[in-house]
Amino acid sequence: MADQTAQAGPVLAADGTPLKRSLARALRLSKLRALALIAPLLIFVLVTFIAPIADMLFRSVENQIVSETLPRTTAALADWDTSSGTAPDEPVFRALAEDFQIAVANKDHTKLGSRLNYEKTGISSLFRKTGRKAKKFDLAADTNWKAEFEDIDEDWLDPEMWQVIKTYSPALTSGYFLNSIDRQKTSEGSEWRPDNQQIYLKLFWRTLVMSIVITCTCILLGYPVAWLLANLPARSANLLMILVLLPFWTSLLVRTSAWKVMLQQQGVVNDTLVWYHSTFVGKMLDPVITFLLNIAIGLLNGLLWVWNLLSGAWGAVDVELFTYAVAGFERLALINNVTGTIIAMTHILLPFMILPLYSVMATISPVYLRAAKSMGATNWTAFWRVYFPQSIPGIGAGSILVFILAIGYYITPEIVGGTKGVFISNRIAYHISSSLNWGLAAALGAILLAAVLLLYWAYDRIVGIDNVKLGG
Amino acid sequence: MSQSSTRADFVVFDRVQKSYDGETLVVKDLNLSIGKGEFLTMLGPSGSGKTTCLMMLAGFETATHGDILLDGKPINNISPHKRGIGMVFQNYALFPHMTIAENLSFPLEVRKMGRSEREERVQRALDLVQMGEFGGRRPAQLSGGQQQRVALTRALVFEPDLVLMDEPLGALDKQLRETMQFEIKRIADDLGITVVYVTHDQTEALTMSDRVAVFEDGRIQQLAPPDELYEAPKNSFVAQFIGENNTLEGVVQEINGDVALVKLDDDSLIDAKPVNVSAAGERTTVSIRPERVEINPDLGADAHTLKADVLEFIYMGDVFRTRLRVAGNDNFIVKTRNRADQARLEPGTQVDIGWLPQDCRALDA
Ligand SMILES: Nc1ncnc2c1ncn2[C@@H]1O[C@H](COP(=O)(O)OP(=O)(O)OP(=O)(O)O)[C@@H](O)[C@H]1O
Ligand SMILES: [Mg+2]
Repeated sequence: MADQTAQAGPVLAADGTPLKRSLARALRLSKLRALALIAPLLIFVLVTFIAPIADMLFRSVENQIVSETLPRTTAALADWDTSSGTAPDEPVFRALAEDFQIAVANKDHTKLGSRLNYEKTGISSLFRKTGRKAKKFDLAADTNWKAEFEDIDEDWLDPEMWQVIKTYSPALTSGYFLNSIDRQKTSEGSEWRPDNQQIYLKLFWRTLVMSIVITCTCILLGYPVAWLLANLPARSANLLMILVLLPFWTSLLVRTSAWKVMLQQQGVVNDTLVWYHSTFVGKMLDPVITFLLNIAIGLLNGLLWVWNLLSGAWGAVDVELFTYAVAGFERLALINNVTGTIIAMTHILLPFMILPLYSVMATISPVYLRAAKSMGATNWTAFWRVYFPQSIPGIGAGSILVFILAIGYYITPEIVGGTKGVFISNRIAYHISSSLNWGLAAALGAILLAAVLLLYWAYDRIVGIDNVKLGG
Repeated sequence: MSQSSTRADFVVFDRVQKSYDGETLVVKDLNLSIGKGEFLTMLGPSGSGKTTCLMMLAGFETATHGDILLDGKPINNISPHKRGIGMVFQNYALFPHMTIAENLSFPLEVRKMGRSEREERVQRALDLVQMGEFGGRRPAQLSGGQQQRVALTRALVFEPDLVLMDEPLGALDKQLRETMQFEIKRIADDLGITVVYVTHDQTEALTMSDRVAVFEDGRIQQLAPPDELYEAPKNSFVAQFIGENNTLEGVVQEINGDVALVKLDDDSLIDAKPVNVSAAGERTTVSIRPERVEINPDLGADAHTLKADVLEFIYMGDVFRTRLRVAGNDNFIVKTRNRADQARLEPGTQVDIGWLPQDCRALDA
């Protein structure tokens, strides 16, 4: 059959046109109609979703402001040798004077000042100061501009200042990205920032580790609840489901703030603990628990020490050793630190773990467990070998949801995280709304996006995205 | 299993009752003894409590009242995984995340059998059902019949003495069903295992079983070998449920030893064998199998015959199936073998029909 068609050329339709073409023609109309049907949504998605992301990605490398505001200066700077150790010569200063006068007329010099201030502090005030004088520049006169600028501020003769301008004169820059991984752009390439200025890698690492921890605690707490939901009689299951969904009906801010009330130093949890320690039972049990806790913390510290040793190998962050080896019971620091963020975020993201888990578990027939038991498996073996593997798609779906939500979470860490429990997204928010360094915020966001996509890809390779079930 | 293996009461249900909701009894007073090596079928309409009985035996439901004994020991308080009972579920319940070989080795693994022995046994079991090359596949990649065979093998691979099967052939087409019926029966006989088999297909029950327990409404209506069940049903439910059956309503006129004279509702008289009737004046349902009815019979002078109108004649190949109107019943079926000399009845004509008194059973009304 295949041979025949190969010899006779393409299969022809009744009217003699090749079958493929007439099929395509027949399908085109219906395709167009389908496209028209989804067009509003498609446009909406493009405009509100794809376009902002594209714009953000562009902002993270965009840097036209320098060459647009100081076009002549950047051109003149081309032959200046950055390693010379001295400021450039007269022509550059002359060009600068011309540029400045125009920039001041357009009020652009302050913008450029703040932009360059991200790279070297002091430039902003230098530009503003120079701007005030630049109005009176007489370009026709034969002035020594280098001396003139030195007169305004000695910083103009600082070669480092000129290095910054030259480094950032191209229209596209990798500076923001270097910044977001704690490096800085220099005329020769890039170098690590001084130790006391390195924060972003640490933050990325913390965000990642804490998101993983939150995902794990969500699995631990969500799995039994989902199991109950799937296996209780319908009436109780419905009630439980309402309890699971209840948080969705409360504002996120309210829920997070409630944790503040619960966890703070004089909060409900600590007060209860203090009361408990004062009771008879508390007094009896405290020494025992202290002893056990000390052993546990000792072990944990041992693990952390090893962890630090390993992660120290590639320059990552120290995880704090637990300092409160429990001598007596004090009020616990449960908020404004990592603990607070983990507790509150676990609570807030828990439904996103429970729901997909439940939807998968609801489809696992109890007959499998019976079958396993009839073959001689104990309850535990039956669960572990038969039930659990079938619920893995639910764990996968829940984990992806929770992890991706967690890694970009902002409000909760902001409220309960203090300084040590904040995420990279809090930093991004800071740069967007306070420091107005949108380029850096965009670069941080782009890195976060890339990290999530990378993890997603890795997940697909290891577990297989087909193994993720969000519904029946 | 040495001395007890000859027992006639390998499995015993002793006055077992079961209620799920505390209001209605799903199983009412079940008494049943199953012998070692016996193939016993529970047959009954949907909802009659067959699965419930099986689940109580397997240990997934507890009896509300009464005892279940396995090999002489009460098992009410033994947890399911220690009962050592193989089970084939209605929809096979093959573990979807394991391959066929893993499915089969699961019961051996939980019995802590060594790896090499396990593999050998699994391969042997697969070969036994001609599925040798399918060990690496997932259940979803097998046809229904193949899954069925795997489920059967899995229930047998750990060599249980007792195997329970809950409508294992329910999802298969007719042809495959018949092959599998034969296969299951052969394997059960070869291995000498005791089988409790649940079905609501009466042909299946009749062809496979040593004894059949007919369930209705939570009770055993009759417990008997297939031929007895078919030929000597104890009540009208069993007569109706097993095989095709004609019924006529009437009142007992007199009982003469083995023959009862029954006056039908249109005042005609027939002879029947009294089964569930004891005295004249009782209402009764008489039941006659379609193949025991004779047309224009020659039964002797004093035998009673009935006039019948031919309504429909259906040619079915090996038999002719004729629908008649007899004593007001429009659904009286007669089956005659397709012999060269067999007349084909024309619809619209009238014939005489009759039967031997012992083929016609006077049952409860
Ligand atoms: N888990 C349960 N809870 C409450 N009622 C149940 C439960 N399982 C079965 N029943 C009821 O018990 C009765 C007997 O059910 P069972 O499953 O034993 O019937 P069955 O004979 O196996 O029917 P089928 O041939 O349809 O499988 C039915 O009326 C059913 O509704
Ligand atoms: Mg059933």
